Amino acid sequence: MNRTDAPRVGAPDAPAGREPLQMVSTSQATLPDTVRRLMAENHPLFIGLVVEHPTGSPPPHLQYVWMGPEARWLLVDVAMDGAVVPSITPTVFAADWAEREAEDLFGVNFAGHPQLGDFILHDEDWAERLAPMRMRPEPPAHGGGRDPYEPPRIVQAPGRFVMPVGPVFSGAQESVRFLLETVGEEIMHAHVRLFYKYRGLEKLMERQTPNRAVLVAERVNGMQAFAHGLAFAQAVEAVAAAVVPPRARALRTVLAEWERLRSHVGTLAGIVESTGLSVPANLLAAVEERLLQQSARYLGHRYLFGLVALGGLSRDPGDDALHALAEAGVEAVAAVQAVCHRLTFDNSFLDRLEAVGILPPPRAATLGLVGPVGRASGAPADVRCWHPYAAYDQHPVTPVIESEGDGYARFRVFRREVAASVDLIQRCAASLPAGPVQTPVPVVPGVGLAAVEAPSGALAYWVRIGSAGTVDRCHIMTPAFLNWHGLADAVRDFAFQDFPIIVSTLGLSVADADR
Amino acid sequence: MPWFWEGLKTGVRTLRPGAVRLPSGVTPGRPTTTAVTARDRFDANICPVGALAGRDAGVAVDFDHCIHCMRCQPPKAPVHWQNDYRWAQAAAPPLPHRFQRSIHVRIVDAGDCGGCLSELRQLLGPVYSLHRYGIYVSPTPRDADVLLVVGPVTVGMRVALEETYAAMPDPKRVVAVGVCALNGGLFADSFAVMGGASRVVPVDVTVPGCPPPPLAILHALELVTGLSRETREVAES
Ligand code: SF4
Ligand code: SF4
Repeated sequence: MNRTDAPRVGAPDAPAGREPLQMVSTSQATLPDTVRRLMAENHPLFIGLVVEHPTGSPPPHLQYVWMGPEARWLLVDVAMDGAVVPSITPTVFAADWAEREAEDLFGVNFAGHPQLGDFILHDEDWAERLAPMRMRPEPPAHGGGRDPYEPPRIVQAPGRFVMPVGPVFSGAQESVRFLLETVGEEIMHAHVRLFYKYRGLEKLMERQTPNRAVLVAERVNGMQAFAHGLAFAQAVEAVAAAVVPPRARALRTVLAEWERLRSHVGTLAGIVESTGLSVPANLLAAVEERLLQQSARYLGHRYLFGLVALGGLSRDPGDDALHALAEAGVEAVAAVQAVCHRLTFDNSFLDRLEAVGILPPPRAATLGLVGPVGRASGAPADVRCWHPYAAYDQHPVTPVIESEGDGYARFRVFRREVAASVDLIQRCAASLPAGPVQTPVPVVPGVGLAAVEAPSGALAYWVRIGSAGTVDRCHIMTPAFLNWHGLADAVRDFAFQDFPIIVSTLGLSVADADR
Repeated sequence: MPWFWEGLKTGVRTLRPGAVRLPSGVTPGRPTTTAVTARDRFDANICPVGALAGRDAGVAVDFDHCIHCMRCQPPKAPVHWQNDYRWAQAAAPPLPHRFQRSIHVRIVDAGDCGGCLSELRQLLGPVYSLHRYGIYVSPTPRDADVLLVVGPVTVGMRVALEETYAAMPDPKRVVAVGVCALNGGLFADSFAVMGGASRVVPVDVTVPGCPPPPLAILHALELVTGLSRETREVAES
């Protein structure tokens, strides 16, 4: 792999004269110094680590990816010229899990990383050193695991014990396991054990046509299917330098905001439910179901599956449907605001959220939290502003920012973004361009990198199309993967009964992380 | 306390099947086997999972494999989309009569994308209000009569699913919810996925769809309990 393999980025409107992608090549030995220098120059947002591990002669490469404002990407490219790579986690804590993943799935050896081993492939189920994501002709066999999992001991106090919860819960909840270390009432450390649901989707996409892989992308996280489909499509469009027609870009904006609206209403309902106030929780859940019904009525599918297509959209719902959506959005936001307004006067609600689950801005920045969770801790990152895609250049978004970083700040960000999304839907629906909604996307080999602001935050896809016109490599950098990393901090020193409330305010999806 | 009055003021939000026409959008509909005359215009390859087949008399749909990609919706293909939701099929008889008043279900997410679980949450929520049918979510597998499995069974979830099933008392039934739980769906070929729930536990009732809407899941539960008095007369459009 050489310099010509720099990805094309999905930023068609990057300011003229500025190179939107800064690619810094470095050797393994100089990696930590290079990263320290770059981080001191500006403070980009860590997005992910892409491992390119092709069969054949070229050495594998590590590509650390950051994004910044004004459509800038930063890529640090490391050719693996030795057996052990110095970890950058001591400098960039947000890269902690990305490096653990690279070790587990690709067998990359890191030196100086605080904790490696059992992560995505649980030791009970998988043999050691399997590295299944390396390209090889045969899919790796599973089985052969042995040891039951023991989390590393963080708390050293006398009387320390571990309270395990999950992976199966009593309601309709996603599978994940929490191991809460404590000496009594308060959580002293929380181990989040994800990846029970690891589905190997990035491997599954390999050798699929982009037209099929987009269906897999949608189902990485069905609750944010449109965002995933869109990010994947934008990456493939970037490879081919395809220009999506104006109407499709406007409609993509409307649909992305519609999905954010529905997703945020669901998150708000979940937060209220976790505080035990069932009447307002039910009022909000009823709004969510109504939005799902309207999605099916006007757009064909309750979760917007099948709408994104390479080069635009698979069909045009028509102006009438879009105006109806805008109206439905206004209705929904009125209902949500009525409930939320009353909640702001309800002490039994406020007591459970205020000064609970605090992620102070400096800590949120260190953790590299994204999306509404990051914005509730003062982090301004919003892909819609930083890297305007679809029609966000014509309909700019002002990021919704709070600074307290507690559960209530997150609640307020979700609430305000609901209103902002409907506002944007209305603005877009009022000035819909005419024309086609899809353009053909030629199959061109190359690498594309694109990001969208999914309802839960920055979501990026790295897609390499091979000479056969199929996906050679896809890496999905999800907001949940970044934000789950912050859970341990958010719950530290809070009581057990606050745990489900704090988790709900983070609005985390397991499927989003467990690709 | 004020929320109590607020709740009363809001009145009934629950859907009443049979009493009113159902609002459109409770189901996305589904492709059904269709007789067409101009068969030559039809290309079975538009279906990414091979659920469509051209037959002499028209298009046959294998709905058990459909992933609701919407690519065969008219006018793109001569396939009839039906707006129903009674999609479930039972391979075992309902639970004994004494279960009709009250059953307890246990939900296992064996690797779902979030869609099927969300439809289950809606079913438990205020609009569908599963409780009024005497169906409750059980806090422990030891009290559960019915196991609902969503998602393909991942390698990581196999043991948890087996253990949940083993902990449930007899008689019990297993419902596979969604195409993933039926046969792995779009994820079936992944190295980290075992396939449908039946690879790990015996499945009695299946409900296809990606995801099946809440009323389709309710239909599956009716087949488990044999209790369908209330929903039987629903006008299907
Ligand atoms: S909607 Fe179902 S049957 Fe139709 S093309 Fe898609 S997967 Fe095939
Ligand atoms: S059937 Fe569809 S909605 Fe359900 S888990 Fe599978 S992909 Fe998600």
